[in-house]
Amino acid sequence: MTENRNEGGKMGKILMKGNEAIGEAAVRAGCLSYFAYPITPQSEVSEYLARRMPEVGGVFLQGESEVAVSYMIFGAVGCGARAFTTSSSPGISLMSEGISYIAGAELPAVFINIQRGGPGLGGILPSQGDYFQSTKGGGHGDYHLMVMAPAGVQEAVEMVMMAFPLAEKYRNPVMILGDGLIGQMMEPITFPDHLRTEPPNKDEWASNGMDTRKSSKPNLVKSLFLDPKELNAHNLLLKAKYERMKKEDVRYEPYNIDSDYQILIVSYGTMSRVCKTAIDNMKEDGMEVGMIRPQTLFPFPEAAIHDAASKAGCRVVVSIEMSVGQMVEDVERCVRGKCPVEWYGKCGGEVPTPEEIAGAVRSLLEKNAGSFGAKY
Amino acid sequence: MGRIFRKPEVMTDEPTHYCPGCTHGLIHRLVAEVIDELGIRGRTVGIAPVGCAVFIYNYISVDFQESAHGRAPAMATGIKRVRPDLIVFTYQGDGDLASIGIAEIIHAANRGEKFTTIFVNNAVYGMTGGQMAPTTMPGQRTTTSPFGRKVEEVGMPIKIAELLSTIETPGYITRQTVIKPKYIVQAKKAIKKAFKYQMEGRCFSLVEVVSICPTNWGLTPVEAVKWAEETMLSYYKLGDCKTPDSHKGV
Repeated sequence: MTENRNEGGKMGKILMKGNEAIGEAAVRAGCLSYFAYPITPQSEVSEYLARRMPEVGGVFLQGESEVAVSYMIFGAVGCGARAFTTSSSPGISLMSEGISYIAGAELPAVFINIQRGGPGLGGILPSQGDYFQSTKGGGHGDYHLMVMAPAGVQEAVEMVMMAFPLAEKYRNPVMILGDGLIGQMMEPITFPDHLRTEPPNKDEWASNGMDTRKSSKPNLVKSLFLDPKELNAHNLLLKAKYERMKKEDVRYEPYNIDSDYQILIVSYGTMSRVCKTAIDNMKEDGMEVGMIRPQTLFPFPEAAIHDAASKAGCRVVVSIEMSVGQMVEDVERCVRGKCPVEWYGKCGGEVPTPEEIAGAVRSLLEKNAGSFGAKY
Repeated sequence: MGRIFRKPEVMTDEPTHYCPGCTHGLIHRLVAEVIDELGIRGRTVGIAPVGCAVFIYNYISVDFQESAHGRAPAMATGIKRVRPDLIVFTYQGDGDLASIGIAEIIHAANRGEKFTTIFVNNAVYGMTGGQMAPTTMPGQRTTTSPFGRKVEEVGMPIKIAELLSTIETPGYITRQTVIKPKYIVQAKKAIKKAFKYQMEGRCFSLVEVVSICPTNWGLTPVEAVKWAEETMLSYYKLGDCKTPDSHKGV
């Protein structure tokens, strides 16, 4: 694939597979170290970078397990390098131990999950079954990842390039939650130059060697606080970071939100693209449906969903997911009883069609016809 | 008259938290002396383990990262791959390295990662309160083998130095002890050699140090030294198992 690259960054669009585009985007963001363990449906990222990293003088290493990989990332970012890894659902479960330590030690790592169906071995087809895992925890302890969910290859490229400076801004791991469809499909893309960034000075915290920063004071990267007062203070400091994310870095896309909709969809990633087609089709049939598409799943677009659900005429909100209903819990939390909240979706690698979504939307609206919605 | 003995510069003034008779303090000191003598303080990064020695960073004044249980070799790998100029060492106990982290140490050794591991083997989990380790001796009583280690149920103790020496990738693997002064001199030489191999970019190096844990063994320090010498040293034989020059030694 190397001959296929958009070398100048300012050329026109090129056609690239999602997984390979993700690898190239990281290199262009200035991340020159990658550690990973093979797993379907994301192995093409590793295969791409196994060739690409040596070209740019970077590090490529296939670890012995996802557990080990998460700590290779810890070691590399802990001494001030940019590093990232990619995996898929079962692999992310194994990395979750390391992710918890990385969050505890406040290190800016980037993890990319090209989700497949679960639980257990599940399947290898696209799924959104790891919503809880990425947004609510995954590993142990009081922490959050910043979670971004691309809805296509171009957006995946941009989110990968944004993830490194965001991880560094908060000194917190960032998760990009894609799925097998985004990893496997080819789309025309461009690599934006303006997202290429330089890592800020790490000398205040990184264990990069005292000589490197011309200091006589050692730096310690750690997550152990045996004194409960100290750990409480540390937990509150982490909480303050998550609150700052909610203020400064919520991202979402409203769709058809200025129309007189009676039903509001909340959907993200691959699923949201199918929803857009369904919304366009329904509009042609004279039926208005609005949508909020969270681009960040943590921080979640709480106010945007609440406001959209509160709009006069809105009778029901439906969370459409490729899972059995995970994000719907956050949607309910944001709607705060303004109107009924429903779930629709398919999973296991099945992706609802626009026709199925339209059918579900119509029947849910009928079911909630008595709802006064926001007027209540 | 010049001073002939002093505290290593890289050691802090902090009193250690170790139990009476524990050998961690001695081993810390040997590592500190080697760091001083090689003049590498400013480019050394240590990996602190989960276990009694987690607070090693309070005593040795270099950059440190604190590991999860068993994962120190993976972290050291991450550091050395992105910063080959840094001198990296892991300091790990036997529950850490020989049990939960055995995959990480085998693969790091097999890849020939250019860092140094100080592997402290005292035949027991120390910090969690004296449970059975993979290195616990046959018949040895611990809190989770109250009737003595039954090899027919849990197998024989793992000889890490010998196990790692079966790897074909060049490396420096040695077993030492610090339970008597005559051994301490040899142990320090081995630790220095291990760091030197790393500085020369030659190979992975591991120094297993047979140690005592009087508290969890339920012995006085003097009894513990005697037990270690009689029971452990006849099973965990001292000496180089492998050097990068002679592919396989003893």
